Amino acid sequence: MSSARDEVLGRIRRALADRPAPAEVRRDYRRTGELDRTALLDLLVDRLVDYKASVRRCAEPELAGTLVDALTERGAARVVVPPGLPWDLPGAVRDDDLTAAELDDLDGVVTACAVAVAETGTIVLDSSPDQGRRMITLVPDYHLCVVRADQVVQIVPEAVARLDPDRPLTWISGPSATSDIELNRVEGVHGPRTLEVVLVD
Amino acid sequence: MRIALFLTCLVDAVVPAAGKATVELLERLGHEVVFPPGQTCCGQMHVNTGYPGEALPLIRRYVETFEPYEAVVAPSGSCVGSVRHQHAAVASGDPALAARAAAVAARTYELSEFLVDVLGVTDVGASYPHRVTYHPTCHSLRLLRVGDKPLRLLREVRGLDLVELPGAEECCGFGGTFAVKNADTSTAMLADKMRAVLDTRAEVCAASDSSCLLHIGGGLSRLRTGVRTVHLAEILASREGS
Amino acid sequence: MTVFLGLPRADPESHLHGAPFPQAARAAIADTQLRRNLGNATATIRAKRARVVGEVPDWAALRAAGAAIKDDTLARLPELLVQLEEAVTARGGTVHWARDATEANRIVTALVQATGADEVVKVKSMATQEIGLNEALEAAGIAAWETDLAELIVQLGHDTPSHILVPAIHRNRAEIREIFLREMGRVGLPAPADLTDSPPALADAARRHLRQKFLDARVAISGANFAVASTGTLSVVESEGNGRMCITLPRTLITVMGIEKLVPTWQDLEVFLQLLPRSSTGERMNPYTSMWSGAVEGQEFHLVLLDNGRTAVLSDPEGRAALRCIRCSACLNVCPVYERTGGHAYGSIYPGPIGAVLSPQMTGPSQNSTLPYASSLCGACYDACPVAIDIPSMLVHLRSQVPHPAAERAVMRSVAYAMGSPRRWAVALAVSKAGRLLGRRRGRLSTLPPPLSGWTSSRDLPLPPAESFRDWWTRTHGDGS
Repeated sequence: MSSARDEVLGRIRRALADRPAPAEVRRDYRRTGELDRTALLDLLVDRLVDYKASVRRCAEPELAGTLVDALTERGAARVVVPPGLPWDLPGAVRDDDLTAAELDDLDGVVTACAVAVAETGTIVLDSSPDQGRRMITLVPDYHLCVVRADQVVQIVPEAVARLDPDRPLTWISGPSATSDIELNRVEGVHGPRTLEVVLVD
Repeated sequence: MRIALFLTCLVDAVVPAAGKATVELLERLGHEVVFPPGQTCCGQMHVNTGYPGEALPLIRRYVETFEPYEAVVAPSGSCVGSVRHQHAAVASGDPALAARAAAVAARTYELSEFLVDVLGVTDVGASYPHRVTYHPTCHSLRLLRVGDKPLRLLREVRGLDLVELPGAEECCGFGGTFAVKNADTSTAMLADKMRAVLDTRAEVCAASDSSCLLHIGGGLSRLRTGVRTVHLAEILASREGS
Repeated sequence: MTVFLGLPRADPESHLHGAPFPQAARAAIADTQLRRNLGNATATIRAKRARVVGEVPDWAALRAAGAAIKDDTLARLPELLVQLEEAVTARGGTVHWARDATEANRIVTALVQATGADEVVKVKSMATQEIGLNEALEAAGIAAWETDLAELIVQLGHDTPSHILVPAIHRNRAEIREIFLREMGRVGLPAPADLTDSPPALADAARRHLRQKFLDARVAISGANFAVASTGTLSVVESEGNGRMCITLPRTLITVMGIEKLVPTWQDLEVFLQLLPRSSTGERMNPYTSMWSGAVEGQEFHLVLLDNGRTAVLSDPEGRAALRCIRCSACLNVCPVYERTGGHAYGSIYPGPIGAVLSPQMTGPSQNSTLPYASSLCGACYDACPVAIDIPSMLVHLRSQVPHPAAERAVMRSVAYAMGSPRRWAVALAVSKAGRLLGRRRGRLSTLPPPLSGWTSSRDLPLPPAESFRDWWTRTHGDGS
């Protein structure tokens, strides 16, 4: 008896016995954005807010203070941070292979990101040291994420081009949501119910 | 221009008024209309019900009957849709016939697109003093892409009060043998279409497909609503009250 | 002509066929609550989709590229699957192949048993619905918890999915509240006694109910929206975060995927990540998309590649484009038939227009002979499809493949015979005039014998005309043409 692998591959070859011509893929859709930097960042903010994420904007020197302000307003005393987060946050718990249950007891998580897509209001995490394991941005109920202006692109193809598929990737567009009840969008199911973004320009 | 009329089997059998109106309209616009007597049916019902083998002789007949003419006009978006999108494909086993079918299909027009695109007219000199709503029909919309051509024609008709049909682009539920094979679903779709028509308080529901009109009109008649269904050609041919 | 080359269809155990559509539809149409739920939900999603598709200036180019990428994938499927297998294996994953539902279920059950776990958490997946994986696991003593909110509603309600994207679209908030109150306590954390029917309260009850299951789970089972052959990247597109929970927390992840869910290159995702969210939930982007290549972050990863009738679909040149489908369900939401009948009437876990083509193709047309007729051929599905599957033409093609009732065949043949010559056609028209006698009194026909009684159940027919067009033409224009 042949293996399932050989048999399935054999079936496919028989199914394609008419040798369909390979289709020509024309990539004449938009590959790059056209917005200038100011418009690009404004668009990202607009789309993030549209998805019920809250946004703070600050300049590089104000970043540490802005993060502290955000955490204080949230009342997030104990937050987890990835091992490579470049900013010092008082009281932060550095992720040292915390368990899901331990993460569930914390008030939130603070990370950087890899890329942000303005047109869709999307932030992509790629598990780099300043973003950490996927688990830490999932279990806590509050995610505070820092986006630098040079990480912002306008459209999806620009983001795909910047990312490394060998890293585990998480694309995030607003807080967790569902449309399963009468197709009405409700924010907040299993992922963090609050997403806050600090845009550094 | 010498124009061959493709009457379609349904108009021939049930609603000849739409055919007569098409002839009167084109003649009034100064064109010669001929009625090739060899015509019967485009074969759409057979193709769409799963009988392409039975449709093939009808397609051959269509091609042979209309091949000599430079333009063929039919008062039916659905039948023209079949001629354009199905004939060559069903005849693909006979490449010579398929090529001829494609050539005739390229010269076959639904009435509103023939008037607007080929003859370049929107004001056909009609008058029709009634409140009218227009159902655009699926095949005219999505197979032929006639767009707003029928509405542009209707807007030029003297005395006509054109009211927008809510949910106009939704199917009336006819669908050929679908109306019989899935009568309950078809009837549920028809009920919503009739409600939309009645909501407009129009006297007349117009369309350019006799099949959809037969369906909507059959429902409106059963409910004794008093709303009439009238083919676009009849309105464009009308001189009522002028 | 279509030649199927003897390729095996889907395993008969698969959830791909049910009662004949007209009968099932009749019951659904009679359910006024169901029709209201469906009408409201589909109207909402249609408007959202139209708005977010309308704002993309290059939608037509993306749609054409999406179709071409999928066609290219199908034409090169053997080499791309082998490439995927190599890429996943090189990154620490294990790839399994399954000829049909039974084999896939056996593979997954054995993988779960090897971990020693007696329960798994699941991400909503059409492929595992198709093969009846939950039932197979249950038979082996393994509890499978659905974690997508709609799937949870369906599972707790002892119900079946009725929509590809929103399996509980047939339920309204009041029904969902009742199900949660009645059922949650039987399988885990109960719903709060004061649960209201507001969607946020219902979503919160689901969050609490599933939280401990996520934290405890050792094995997760998912489907995949896309797999990239060149990089071995799998992706799951979702909204709630239940997918992230399943993909991230358990130590073992098993993904079951149809062999057609492939794209050749990483770059191809730039097209589908634009087409899918806007077409499915009507959003610019879904809240969460997870991507992973092989075994990551200390996990064990298994990928099960499933045929189950897909190669039979692939073997039909006129039907294979159905394998482009990315399961967005835009065709369901715009379909006037689906809107009236809901998904259960289709008898397959793939309902709506795409289900009406895919299900008979996978099972063989004789297993699903009524589904190709479950459409008025209005064409709205083709317009909405983000990968341009010409569903109406495919339905017509399948109608020529299914067995036809003898009486219908006889009628179609005799009508075709009558239309075969203008002389016979004229005779037939003359005979039909006799029908005028039937409806003399009311001036229209209101009752006809079967099968035309299907028409006159709700519609009149006008009487055949007193003067035919041909007679009028001869009278006014003479004989010649």
